[in-house]
Amino acid sequence: MMKFFKIAGIFASLALVAACASTGPDLDASAGADTTTSAAPTGPVPGSQADLENSAGHRVFFGYDEYTLTGEAQATLARQAAWLKEYPETRILVAGNCDERGTREYNLALGARRAEAAKSYLVSLGVDASRITTVSYGKERPIDPRSTEAAWSVNRNATTTITGAGA
Amino acid sequence: MKRLLIILLTAIAVAATPAAARVTIDITQGNVDPMPVAAPNFLGADEATQGLGRDITGVIMNDLDRSGLFQVIDQRAYIEKPESVNQRPRFADWRIINAQVLIVGEVEELSDGRIQVATRVWDVYSDEQLGAVAFKTPADNWRRAAHKVADFVYKTLTGEDGYFDTRIVFVHETGPKEKRVKRLMIMDQDGANPIPLTDGLNYQVLTPRFSPTQQQITYMALFDNRPGQVYLFNIETGEQEQLGTFRGMTFAPRFSPDGREVMMSMERNGNSDIFNMDLSTRRLTRLTDNPSVDVSPTMSPDGRRIAFTSDRGGTPQIYTMNADGSNQKRITFGQGRYQTPVWSPRGDLIAFTRQYNGRFYIGVIRPDGTGERLLTESYLEEGPTWSPNGRVIMFYRQTPTRRDGTGGSSQLWSVDLTGRNLRRVRTPGDASDPAWSPLLP
Repeated sequence: MMKFFKIAGIFASLALVAACASTGPDLDASAGADTTTSAAPTGPVPGSQADLENSAGHRVFFGYDEYTLTGEAQATLARQAAWLKEYPETRILVAGNCDERGTREYNLALGARRAEAAKSYLVSLGVDASRITTVSYGKERPIDPRSTEAAWSVNRNATTTITGAGA
Repeated sequence: MKRLLIILLTAIAVAATPAAARVTIDITQGNVDPMPVAAPNFLGADEATQGLGRDITGVIMNDLDRSGLFQVIDQRAYIEKPESVNQRPRFADWRIINAQVLIVGEVEELSDGRIQVATRVWDVYSDEQLGAVAFKTPADNWRRAAHKVADFVYKTLTGEDGYFDTRIVFVHETGPKEKRVKRLMIMDQDGANPIPLTDGLNYQVLTPRFSPTQQQITYMALFDNRPGQVYLFNIETGEQEQLGTFRGMTFAPRFSPDGREVMMSMERNGNSDIFNMDLSTRRLTRLTDNPSVDVSPTMSPDGRRIAFTSDRGGTPQIYTMNADGSNQKRITFGQGRYQTPVWSPRGDLIAFTRQYNGRFYIGVIRPDGTGERLLTESYLEEGPTWSPNGRVIMFYRQTPTRRDGTGGSSQLWSVDLTGRNLRRVRTPGDASDPAWSPLLP
């Protein structure tokens, strides 16, 4: 119970932060951060990757050379944590990614920090650390190939994918 | 790898003359005028050796021209047609076309089926021979013989070892940016003989580096869904092995100058520090222990200092430390971000990538942090590697994509230490992360 109130509190404070944060990345639909959900019977299979993307959002975004979580990122991760509690057998991989405006080796290290930042936040919200593995792809796996600010801002992310589910 | 037998033509070489009278190139100065050099096609007694002679001359002239230190005079201007490598040239004929150096050579088929490539280098103005050399090798190895001749000419005229008989290992890139296939390839320094070393199917190859002492490469393999790891690749046997098994990612590997150790970064719980692995015992020694990013270690040729990138000061900058990790200090203080230090094989400079004001630069700086010079600049370039004589830097340059996200290529380039002579390096398709081999044995 205590935990529930704590999380509710975080949600409330995050809502304020999110309302002020207007510098979020320029998202296109494929970035998958649309968070409006409805329990349509024709929706994704509950507990699936598509379900995670629909009901929580599977990507959080970072500022240039940053690995601190924005309010928006914390809100997404809080929804992921809640979702993961609904599906306690699910294991996930958190991949840290960077834009191309950095060197390969430094970006591998930066991507590892981003993945770890997302993982730590999920753990702080009660997700068992043993369910989460992390990986860094550095600047090697951009989701938007363009050489624009908009592309770079979506390429700086930590992406959660389901790697296994019991039962 | 095929071996070359070197014979100095001492018996027929004329006596050495005082060095002061010789034609020489000072390669430490910027703005040198390229030295005009003439090289008639190497002679041969029959059609086969004449054909080889033409090919060998072409490779030599291309090497010398690309170095930026020589200007190869068009063969159509030549007046004298030499008939033997042992004949004294008519120097007046070469002075008229403004040649300063004349290279005359001959290809001979030996009774054991190999060929001998004999070469003389003449100073056209003092009418004297500067040097003579001959190489014996299997005929299909003629390219290496040609590079050896070019290295001999380079050394004769500059006093320093050349870098033409070397190879480049690099990452060959295909496919769209979002799903890039990256495999390891090797080719001669001039782009000839490209050979794939990995298939690029299950992992991407990143940041290969040549052993300074053996035909061995270390690189990082980036996998799907598990942390990337550092590998060792033996070029002669094709064998590869993972360097240890670690829970976190291992990356940014580089050999020590004696080839016995591989320095690398290891990530644990999101934090990257620098370690050194002894290749014979596979034991790891921790060199940095810092909550910031510590990556890209590179050791001085004397083995005493290590340069690396760290963002402990807020942005990535270059630091140096003793080989045991002590005495860490920052050496870059300019605006922007300094990364990818690579110590010159001569020890006098560290090459780096600098990001400043939205642009990328390749530059050099002294190990004490003084004398910074930027050599090239573009939208995105990084990953410098030194020629074994420390005079040329190769790197990769990436162009931006078009508005629709297509295009945007990645290519290898080289530039000399003076910042002059920027040249594209020929590769089969897109390429990145070049690594220069030592001079081949």
